[in-house]
Amino acid sequence: MAYLELNNICKTYGQSDGETEVLSNINLKIEEGEFVAIVGFTGSGKTTLVNLINGLIKPTSGTVLFKGEPVDGTSHERGVIFQNYSLLPWLTVGQNVFMAVKEAFPKKNKKELHEIVANYVEMVSLTPAINKRPNELSGGMRQRVAVARALAMKPEMIIMDEPLGALDALTRGNLQDEILNIWGKDKRTALLITNDVDEGIYMADRIIPLRPGPNATLGPEFKIDLERPRDKTEMNDNPNFKKTRNEIIEYLMDIGNERKSEAKEEYILPDLVPKDFVNQFKFGR
Amino acid sequence: MKASLTLGKVTNFLGLGFFITLKDLFTGKLEKEEFKNFLRKTIVPLVSILLFIGLWHLGAKSLYNIEAKFKIEKALQDQGQVAADALKTCMVSGESSCQPNTLPSPSQVWNSFQSLLRDHNIISADKAAFIEKTAAMNEKRVAAGKAAIVYTGRPSFVDQVFTSLQTVFAGFLLALLIAVPLGIFIGLSPNLKSAFNWFIQIFKPVSPVVWYLLVFMIVKTLLIGSTEDSSFTISFISVGLCSMWATLVNTAMGVSTVDKDYINVAKVLKLGTFQKIFKVVLPSSLPLIFTGLKITLSVAWMVLIAIELLAQSPGLGLFVWEEFQNGANDSNAKIIVAMFAIGIIGFLLDRLMLMIQNWVSFDKTDAI
Ligand SMILES: Nc1ncnc2c1ncn2[C@@H]1O[C@H](COP(=O)(O)OP(=O)(O)OP(=O)(O)O)[C@@H](O)[C@H]1O
Ligand SMILES: [Mg+2]
Repeated sequence: MAYLELNNICKTYGQSDGETEVLSNINLKIEEGEFVAIVGFTGSGKTTLVNLINGLIKPTSGTVLFKGEPVDGTSHERGVIFQNYSLLPWLTVGQNVFMAVKEAFPKKNKKELHEIVANYVEMVSLTPAINKRPNELSGGMRQRVAVARALAMKPEMIIMDEPLGALDALTRGNLQDEILNIWGKDKRTALLITNDVDEGIYMADRIIPLRPGPNATLGPEFKIDLERPRDKTEMNDNPNFKKTRNEIIEYLMDIGNERKSEAKEEYILPDLVPKDFVNQFKFGR
Repeated sequence: MKASLTLGKVTNFLGLGFFITLKDLFTGKLEKEEFKNFLRKTIVPLVSILLFIGLWHLGAKSLYNIEAKFKIEKALQDQGQVAADALKTCMVSGESSCQPNTLPSPSQVWNSFQSLLRDHNIISADKAAFIEKTAAMNEKRVAAGKAAIVYTGRPSFVDQVFTSLQTVFAGFLLALLIAVPLGIFIGLSPNLKSAFNWFIQIFKPVSPVVWYLLVFMIVKTLLIGSTEDSSFTISFISVGLCSMWATLVNTAMGVSTVDKDYINVAKVLKLGTFQKIFKVVLPSSLPLIFTGLKITLSVAWMVLIAIELLAQSPGLGLFVWEEFQNGANDSNAKIIVAMFAIGIIGFLLDRLMLMIQNWVSFDKTDAI
């Protein structure tokens, strides 16, 4: 039995006339200790999928099984990093993290809890800003607080909804390593939603594309057979990496074109050829 | 919630930001652009105030002339030339008994204001003397188990203002204690919301006069047989009931429309109900609750005058009513003084609430 199992999941929003099926027939199995990345276009239903797994919403049909049990509501075993940070604006950075830690470890005393908070805030290099409120932080800093808050709860499974989207390349790299570090330490399981194929390849064991919605389904999976720990610069010369990367990007471009040809209006495009398009390819927001 | 109270912050809170520019003007720190700003913030209001007083003066003067002309003509018709001439000279001489009764001019109002202050000083001195005189006797009376003698003289204008403020704060407190908890419950439970909705819709627009009568009916029966003066109780309860609706509606609204993201956080962290309410729901609805409280306080102050007048409970309302009944030659001017006092105090109360709101709210840009 898989650690996390999604069977024939459908999710519709709205009622009767305004009803749209966002996700249809989603089947997904994640084994314990695995790191899975899902890549998809914006609006395809990635956040919806994440919320189904963490228990914030219920599927219209189909079942979500976590360790063999149907998911009913949220759980501390599944930690979430929300796409929109979702920090409480009236609490400081430290208080935001503390609130989560206190709920996760009710038996620990105040001093221990504060130590955990300090550690994780340090990990995301926000110690100087620990007493600041979210509205005094940049977007990237807020995202790091959200990362610290989720990881500090030490969940068995980490669910991340585009967690590093607003970060610069350097911080992004550091946090990727931190997340990998924490994931590897106690054999945790991770699900990463991302719009960056390279990030997916660097971090995950498997990459699964989510085809554009409505009626989004999961595409064929791509296994990443690269030794861990992975090295970014070495990876770029690895023929295996190059091959997988090109395959994924080609697949995504194909479904992107499919979507375009389905569109009713025709656009007259200027006669321009993008330079080195493949290397610059990133999608999402 | 650290608050460092600098001069700048305080004056900005009070909406008197120009003081800062004034300070800069004297310390020579002012740039050209700032100077224009300074003019806009000081000279323009000053000019408009002067203009207002001027118009008021002219208006009062022409009203005076209409009234005077009418009176003299009437005297001429009824009593003949001699009486009319006598009235005319009497009016010109400034004799108070024969002045036309109309809108008082700014200078009359200013004089009344000063005479009210003098009156206050006299009464205060009188009161102090009385207390001093009776102190020794009261000590004995209290020791003997008898009630102390208290000063029962006429209250001064300033005393009336403070009584009014007391009534308003008691009413405001009552509104807060009823409306905030009730609003939270209504906001949290859709069942309670539909149970209370009709109730709120129907009672919200009811006029202060009717609230007063309702409270009067109930309190009168509850305090039956008691010799104590219930007018204060009746008026503060009426004020509270009149003014609590804005807070009730805003609290319920704030609590029921907490950002979905915050609710999701509460769910993912698995906060208990109690924690969820106090750590997530309430802080996020605080700005709306405060907007409601601000409206409540200003409504309370506005209806207070009418209710005091009806309840015959001491305060500015009663002061206005008594002056109106009194009909002395400076009564009209005193009523206008009371009008300005009511307006200025209302403005200060509003600023006070804004200050508290800014203090407790997490997002400084929210407060309006
Ligand atoms: N609560 C909701 N009610 C109705 N429709 C919704 C709701 N939430 C999402 N949707 C719709 O479902 C679709 C998928 O939304 P979702 O947020 O899952 O996309 P996403 O892949 O996460 O997009 P992005 O990359 O921009 O975050 C969208 O078309 C959206 O309009
Ligand atoms: Mg999303």
